[in-house]
Amino acid sequence: MDKLINDFSFGLFFWQALILLVLILLLVKFAWKPIMQSITDREEGIKDALLSAENAKRDMENLQADNQRILNEARAERDAMLKEAREMKEKMIADSKNEAQEQGQKMIEQAKAAIENEKNAAMAELKLQVSTLSLSIAEKLLKDELSNKESQTKLVEKMLGDVKLN
Amino acid sequence: MVISNRPLKFILAALVACLPVSGFANSENDSTHVQSEVTHEEKVVSHDNHAEAEHVAQDPKAKVDAFIDHHLQDSHDFVFFSDDKENKHYGFPLPVILIDGGLKIFSSSKLHHGEEVAEVDGNFYKLVHGKIYKTDAAGTITFNEHGHPENEKPLDFSITKNVVSMLFVAVLLFFMFTGLAKSYKKGPIPTGFGRVLEPLIIFIRDEIAVPNIGEKKYRKYMGYLLTVFFFVWVLNLLGMTPLGINVTGNIAITVCLAMFTFIITQFSANKDYWGHIFWMPGVPVPMKIILAPIEVLGTLTKPFALLIRLYANITAGHVVIMSLIAMIFVGKNLAADLPISLGLTLFISVIEVLVAFLQAFIFTMLSSLFIGMAVQDHDHAHHHEDETAII
Repeated sequence: MDKLINDFSFGLFFWQALILLVLILLLVKFAWKPIMQSITDREEGIKDALLSAENAKRDMENLQADNQRILNEARAERDAMLKEAREMKEKMIADSKNEAQEQGQKMIEQAKAAIENEKNAAMAELKLQVSTLSLSIAEKLLKDELSNKESQTKLVEKMLGDVKLN
Repeated sequence: MVISNRPLKFILAALVACLPVSGFANSENDSTHVQSEVTHEEKVVSHDNHAEAEHVAQDPKAKVDAFIDHHLQDSHDFVFFSDDKENKHYGFPLPVILIDGGLKIFSSSKLHHGEEVAEVDGNFYKLVHGKIYKTDAAGTITFNEHGHPENEKPLDFSITKNVVSMLFVAVLLFFMFTGLAKSYKKGPIPTGFGRVLEPLIIFIRDEIAVPNIGEKKYRKYMGYLLTVFFFVWVLNLLGMTPLGINVTGNIAITVCLAMFTFIITQFSANKDYWGHIFWMPGVPVPMKIILAPIEVLGTLTKPFALLIRLYANITAGHVVIMSLIAMIFVGKNLAADLPISLGLTLFISVIEVLVAFLQAFIFTMLSSLFIGMAVQDHDHAHHHEDETAII
């Protein structure tokens, strides 16, 4: 300890303090401040760049996911449309088939009815013709029968005979 | 790994085996004894150089001790090497600045490495153990019982070897880091030597400042921490060169460095810090009274530990390396001593390079730790509030 105190030189202490103080001030002003600033700026820059790269990547992923989603949606939509169209087509075919059937049925019905009607009319006509014809025949026959007395009596007798038979 | 381990083990074993040798060499002469020995030599020097040379040649151990002692001290001139036979010193003198009834500035060549008395404006000065004492024309120095001179010491503001070294390091650091700062203007990534410096700066920030001081407040202290780290580190490394500079192993330097940390710590301290020192929260009142002086003492012991740690580590490193080199000169058998001495010196030098970094790192680390203690917000007060709020 005695040696240490003896070794202590005040002059050296003074110069050291002065040099160190001046050195600190000079270095802070001309070196440390710009250096630290540059390093910090650079680190910030790197951090920002990394962050933006990360963001860009995420955006890209999002975009890709969106694209995929849109594609899937489009595909689903297409499928749905196709399905719908197919269904519609089938329905239309079925509908038209039904309608045609119905129409045909109806036409057949109508034709049947018309035929029936025609037949009835023809029958009626025929009946009328037959009755008229038979009336005229009968008239002619009666005219002939009733022209002589003898034949008239014969007819009455025959008729009476028929009644008796009944 | 097996191959790389073996030489290391061998070197360690050799080192341990050699420890008693160096220990013996050191403990034989305690410091006061060495000094009296040296003073004796110096006295002889002023009378007869030839006799001194002979005397030294007879006692190489004392000479080595004196040399190491001299190396560890600051010096008023920059001597690269000396020739004892012809008593010549190769180097350059430095200005001496004394305050002794007015400013006295003269070249240290006048002192002739303590061999002659310098006369300036009618005053006489003599260099003894690297310190300038006022004396008379004959150069008489009276010593007390500890071997220290009792003559009057003028206030010495000389530009000594250490001051020159520090100025050199300061200029070096300034150009290195302003260069780095400029290289950022060209682009975000530094070029050339800046690529080496930048990771160190980031290391100081991320490993020392931010964890100890905190994310929010570290920025303010980065200037001091970075300056001190590089200053101490470069000076430590400079001490490893054969220039014979020992700046960070000088007590005045480490005292000054520790004082800077102390002042910064005290001036940036917040209310919590002072509260913890004078009126420790959360303990009974008698304990508070007992703790206050301990805590006050603690504020002083922290920088004291800083200054002693740096001083002792660097000084020890220098002493060990110089002792190992000196084995060549002390030992009789050159063929046997040379490989051991060189091998051990190389080994310790490698360790010292690590220590040079480590001590700079530890100094910065502890400085930031102390600053961090002073500025941190003590969260537990808030925690208590939170707890009561929850309850």
